[in-house]
Amino acid sequence: MNDADDAVARAHRTEWARLVGTLARRFGDLDVAEEAAAEAFATAVARWPVDGIPRNPAAWLTTTAQRKAVDRIRRESKRDAKHEEARMLHDDSPPEPHGAVDDDRLRLVFTCCHPALAMPSRVALTLRLVGGLTVPEIARAFLVQEGAIGQRITRAKAKIKAARIPYRVPSADDLPARVTGVLAVLYLVFNEGYLASGPGTDPVRQDLTAEAIRLARLLHGLLPDDGEVAGLLALMLLTEARRPARVEGGELIALDGQDRGAWDAGLIAEGHRLVRERLVAAAAGVAPGRYQILAAINAVHTSARETRDTDWSQVVALYDQLARLDPSPVVTLNRAIAVAELDGPEVALALVDRLAPALDDYHPYHATRADLLRRLGRVDEAPAAYDRALDLIGNAAEAAVLTRRRDALP
Amino acid sequence: MQYLVSVIDDRINPGRDDREPLISAFNERLIAAGHWVFAGGLADTSAATVVDNRGEEPMLTDGPFVESKEFLAGVWIWEAPDLDVALELATEASQVCARKIEVRPFL
Repeated sequence: MNDADDAVARAHRTEWARLVGTLARRFGDLDVAEEAAAEAFATAVARWPVDGIPRNPAAWLTTTAQRKAVDRIRRESKRDAKHEEARMLHDDSPPEPHGAVDDDRLRLVFTCCHPALAMPSRVALTLRLVGGLTVPEIARAFLVQEGAIGQRITRAKAKIKAARIPYRVPSADDLPARVTGVLAVLYLVFNEGYLASGPGTDPVRQDLTAEAIRLARLLHGLLPDDGEVAGLLALMLLTEARRPARVEGGELIALDGQDRGAWDAGLIAEGHRLVRERLVAAAAGVAPGRYQILAAINAVHTSARETRDTDWSQVVALYDQLARLDPSPVVTLNRAIAVAELDGPEVALALVDRLAPALDDYHPYHATRADLLRRLGRVDEAPAAYDRALDLIGNAAEAAVLTRRRDALP
Repeated sequence: MQYLVSVIDDRINPGRDDREPLISAFNERLIAAGHWVFAGGLADTSAATVVDNRGEEPMLTDGPFVESKEFLAGVWIWEAPDLDVALELATEASQVCARKIEVRPFL
């Protein structure tokens, strides 16, 4: 890759969302913004190797994209003069006195993650307009046909326009709930990458985890005081840090079997720093939300040099705290896994068995039960639990390890 | 921007019928805030007649155009600057009417 290509790629990473955001505010239309931004980068790919890299790439891209947008609107206005003229005059960007933060990228994030859009649309739109991924890239990431992703994005943009979903940062009152919605989108992208569900995919999709982290960093930069944004970023970093040790020979390696020396020390240090900041805030009376608690649990795990050094009582205490916020069976299940280390598998199994009605279709429930039964030497009952987990599982590497454990039963 | 706000009733799980005073008070607030354009409750779908004059002869059919367990019980038309404002009002309306609400923009 030569210098110019490199500069375009770098500008794409750092400037895409800002460019789309600025254009969307200026022209009041996400379609125009997306196309003009894409055309500006296409022009950069053609011109920069010839003309040289502009001294200020961001300004060059903004000017070029705005020119493209105006050209397009002029072209269309010949077809439909009145309508397009009205659109150009329609300025949807009054200075928001009630907006908590003022940044075009942030407006873009909240618009793409609007609760009136279906979750798959929010994910696709966010990856396209904020993340700058192309439609084929998104389609590949989610193993969906390109046409389906394209249509999802087109429909979402059409709804935003027709129903007038505002291009705005929510007011301070609505902000926490809306941030939660944005974080749900980012966490979904991350999890799909971290435990890919498709049969033909790599068990870990680094393209998706990396993109989710990039977007979480962006959001953390825009909302530095939001504890849950910091919490989710820390959670992602501490999870991603373990990725190098997570798959071996096509099998998913559980936390206790991972080579801790292979963990990414840089990501762990960054994640721990964020968790410490949130602990200081919590000590000052700011109650942590679920992402912060999950990040803290992961900080405990990543602080232990060996599995046996894990502070399990701390892990269980954090799960207790999480269960108060979110008394769901899944949280109870994860708490029971920690209880197994602290009080033994028998105590844990009693907790797990109570979850049968709620979690019968959830493969981690059966996988956990199977392992607890195995550890208790109840080898007559364990195979059925492994089989049930395997019936429900989507991730190939996770299936491989369960199959091996089941087959190794005496 | 105007939105058609539909109040959806359900034959299997009908909403409560003691809502009139609350709905009137809500309408007063809509008017005071400049959101109110139109409101109207609808008679039961059995009172509907469908007219089809696309062919040679006009055809009249007794009853609604589609039979379903969910049906339109009434409509509002609201004026609102954007969907967030309309959705906030609809959240209130759903509670006031004890029914589901659909918000749909006019072209």
